[in-house]
Amino acid sequence: MGIREQLKENREKILSRWFESILKTYPAETVRFLKKTKDQFHNPVGQTIKEGIEGILFELTGEGEIEKITPFLDRIIRIRAIQDFTPSEAVAFIFQLKGIIREEIDLDRIGSEELLGLDKKIDELALKTFDIYMGCREKLYELKATELRNWTYKLLERANLLKEFEENFKSK
Amino acid sequence: MSKQPKPPKPDELAKSIEYKTPETQWMETPVKFKPGMWCYGSRPKYLEEVGMPNPREWSPADDDWKLPENWKEIVLDGMKDRLGKYRTFKLFMDICVRCGACADKCHFYIGSGDPKNMPVLRAELMRSVYRKYFTTGGKLFGKTAGARELTEDVIKEWWYYYYQCTECRRCSVFCPYGIDTAEITIMGRELTNLLGLQTDWIGGPVANCYHKGNHLGLEPHTIQSNIEMMCDDIEEITGIRIEPTFNRKGAEILFVTPSGDLFGLPGIYTCMGYLMLFHELGLDYTWSTYASEGGNFGFFTSNEMAKRLHYKIYAEAKRLGVKWILGGECGHMWRLVHQYLNTWWGPPDFLEVPKSPITGTVFENAKSTKMVHVTEFTADLIKHGKIKLDPSRNDHLKITFHDSCNTSRGMGIFEEPRYIIKHVARHFYEMPENTIREKTFCCGSGSGLNAGENMELRMRGGFPRANAVRYVHEKYGVNMLANICAIDRAALPTLMQYWVPEVDVCGVHELVGNALVMTGEKKRTMDLRLEPLPGMEDEEEEE
Amino acid sequence: MGALLSFGAVVVLLLIPAIGAGALKLHSLFGVVIPYLAVIVFLVGLINRVIGWGKVPVPFKIPTTCGQQKSLPWIKHSRLESPATGGEVFLRMVLEVLFFRSLFRNLRTEKAPGDRVVYGSSKWLWVAGLAFHYSFLIVFLRHLRFFKQPTPKIIGIIESFDGFLQIGSPHLLVTGLVLFGAVFYLFLRRIFVPQVRYISLPADYFPLFLIMAIAGTGMLMRYFLRVDIIKVKELTMGLATFHPKVPEGISVIFYIHLFLVSTLFAYFPFSKMVHLGGVFLSPTRNLANNTRMVHHPNPWNYPVKVHTYEEYEEEFRDKMIAAGIPVEKQPEPREEEQPTEESEGKE
Repeated sequence: MGIREQLKENREKILSRWFESILKTYPAETVRFLKKTKDQFHNPVGQTIKEGIEGILFELTGEGEIEKITPFLDRIIRIRAIQDFTPSEAVAFIFQLKGIIREEIDLDRIGSEELLGLDKKIDELALKTFDIYMGCREKLYELKATELRNWTYKLLERANLLKEFEENFKSK
Repeated sequence: MSKQPKPPKPDELAKSIEYKTPETQWMETPVKFKPGMWCYGSRPKYLEEVGMPNPREWSPADDDWKLPENWKEIVLDGMKDRLGKYRTFKLFMDICVRCGACADKCHFYIGSGDPKNMPVLRAELMRSVYRKYFTTGGKLFGKTAGARELTEDVIKEWWYYYYQCTECRRCSVFCPYGIDTAEITIMGRELTNLLGLQTDWIGGPVANCYHKGNHLGLEPHTIQSNIEMMCDDIEEITGIRIEPTFNRKGAEILFVTPSGDLFGLPGIYTCMGYLMLFHELGLDYTWSTYASEGGNFGFFTSNEMAKRLHYKIYAEAKRLGVKWILGGECGHMWRLVHQYLNTWWGPPDFLEVPKSPITGTVFENAKSTKMVHVTEFTADLIKHGKIKLDPSRNDHLKITFHDSCNTSRGMGIFEEPRYIIKHVARHFYEMPENTIREKTFCCGSGSGLNAGENMELRMRGGFPRANAVRYVHEKYGVNMLANICAIDRAALPTLMQYWVPEVDVCGVHELVGNALVMTGEKKRTMDLRLEPLPGMEDEEEEE
Repeated sequence: MGALLSFGAVVVLLLIPAIGAGALKLHSLFGVVIPYLAVIVFLVGLINRVIGWGKVPVPFKIPTTCGQQKSLPWIKHSRLESPATGGEVFLRMVLEVLFFRSLFRNLRTEKAPGDRVVYGSSKWLWVAGLAFHYSFLIVFLRHLRFFKQPTPKIIGIIESFDGFLQIGSPHLLVTGLVLFGAVFYLFLRRIFVPQVRYISLPADYFPLFLIMAIAGTGMLMRYFLRVDIIKVKELTMGLATFHPKVPEGISVIFYIHLFLVSTLFAYFPFSKMVHLGGVFLSPTRNLANNTRMVHHPNPWNYPVKVHTYEEYEEEFRDKMIAAGIPVEKQPEPREEEQPTEESEGKE
């Protein structure tokens, strides 16, 4: 049985362990809320992470196209980028997948190239997570600046400062 | 194959980064100031301008907050004083049973997972001190009775968490005793303000508003020229020149709106909507440069400061000799107009019971305060068919409506804005039921938290709201988030940019302005943002 | 930790009468003096508490509005969620006090992905809350039979309903079990829901253990240890008629039960259980949403320093005049100085 079949077969177990390990990064008192509250509007953090990792694993067991996985990664990282995490903490979850997969599938029944292939894929995703994380952080800085610009829009416009402001900002 | 070196187990990795919060009781867990979660301390000049205590340079990041020597006495005296003045404060200190119904209702808790953001715990931060100094049990049994000493660390914790609450009252909806965390946060801020612990973002607008009449400190001529510039844009769009008046005595109506509508995006479009509507009606109204702020950052400081700032509205109405007051779209402004203004400065017997000069409708619901919400006014116009509307001009918009916390849970205005939207536009979609009306999720930036330095906090707090917007965006293609609040108009675009960049933000009267068919207008090719109307993309160039 | 401490406290409370009434035979103390004291503390304490709250003014009318305000006549007004009159407020309070309406709002079926309907645990909080409070009320009412001779009919009726299962002899009364069960659920919830555990204080566990012990000893007496009910009633009637007497031969379990109840009474006004009285006074619930219709006075509304229009105009008069904005006072004509004046002004 190839690695994809094994991943499919053990999907539930892998997902639930992965979910658990991500939830562990939140305060202990909150884990249950994030885990048990199924309403996606009442518990957007938990549900978004859950759907995100489901999507990632689904795509990994399929063609594994990075473009298809990116939106799922994005949703998870977008949340973690503004929570109480250092950059490494925010993106560590993607690396955890390697260990979980190794523990949940039968390594003797797959070829090492297959495993290497999967590792490579996850590494690619990891690189992508850095990009997304940085994108989110940059977005935050950009938002601070544009917000200030928007709030004083008429004043700046009146004083013909708008252009200058924008140029200044770009040069930063 | 099995000899290959294995990467560390996921659990080991997690441990190595030391994620979990220590499992100590909350009282033993000192507050850690995390970046992006707090606002800068107020510059001394802002405090001096309004005579608030302990002006000095300080930073929340410093260990030493330069509190006055007798800070503890000040706080405890302040608590005692307020326990005797506010039944809410006294009662809410006593009757909580910690059932936990509120715990997961707070947008900051939902977005951050920080247990001290559970409303019950936010209140316990204060209750623990109350028990220690104001109850027999707490004095005798100390920690066993849930009591703790007031220390500088406690003050810091208060400050950190009472500026992580937007006073949105969502928790109060679910509490079996109606305990309203906003009331406790308000007290927490009053008490810390006694020590000079104001934020710069609130202190600045307060000082400006006190002195110059509005939060940004716009001087009279600037207000006038800003509005005139909007009139230029309106002329470009409609071919009609509007000449609003300022500080005009003898006008029938005084119009007061948050100053955010006067200078910021997208607030000015909402303001253009008012200007066009009032012009089309031929309304006898005036702007005031003195009462040029409907909002009130004083409310995020102390009751007294809020009262001082809101003095101008009635005072100006009296000076100008108007009959009644019309108020623009704003959230906390309307919480205050609806629930506080009349108590502070009323009853304004020099005014008349508001009566729409267009429809003759008497606004019985405002017969004492004499101030009408502009959506009440406009909904009445539409109901009586007094304005001509072309909703197709908003056809490029798929709209959803965000109920602002203050107007929802501190006023109860739900139907008027919806009624207007449904008449000025043809694509309206509600967000899921748990996230609107009295259960609406906050923008995450209310109550003076819409600064730049606490952006992470705002993005967390606003996530539940943004998440519901994303849902209707994906399901119905919603691309416009309408609201009736100036802070929403300032904060939601940023929130959307981060979470759902496809969705833009507008006030309800911007939509009215788009749809309003004005007498003598030229063929409209642009909306109020000077962007081509649907189907008019080519015509613009012909001009 | 808080739970253990509270549990220990209740064990001590069990031991006190066991020793005092059991071993030392201080029957008058435990059968008469302590119950009287407890009731006095309860009444004085509770009244004090309510008066204490009542004396604090309500400076602002700040109901939490959970529905459409009363505005234009053709807009449907939500009377219960946004009451505009005293009558409507009364109805809102009735729903709040009798049916825990706000807590009920937590009751929501949630749609999980795939349109599966799941239920949040919060529903159980409402159910358990209702079950607990109502069974407690009925148990309380049932006990009035011990204080009235002959037993009022209504109590007999309540009992017959309560014993509708007709199991055992004496008939099993459902409310006792429900009370115990509901309290036990509330306890488990505190232990097993991490958020709730985090916020729980000893003062939250203590009443739960105390009530469990009261219900437990009560049921023990009724079904297993069978106290001499005639003698018990003799004692309680003595208390009720203020001619206390202590018949010999009442088993110690009764004194334990009575002591625990006395503790509950005496502790009540100083505990979170005072929400019984407080809920009626809550300004976010018991006020009408009519502040723009009716002026609400604040008894301590004091004058504050304001920035008047005159001060404002004084500062900006020149700029206002330059912009053509009307002013109250024309500026005094200035001599000289003109050219050096201000560099800002209008563009």
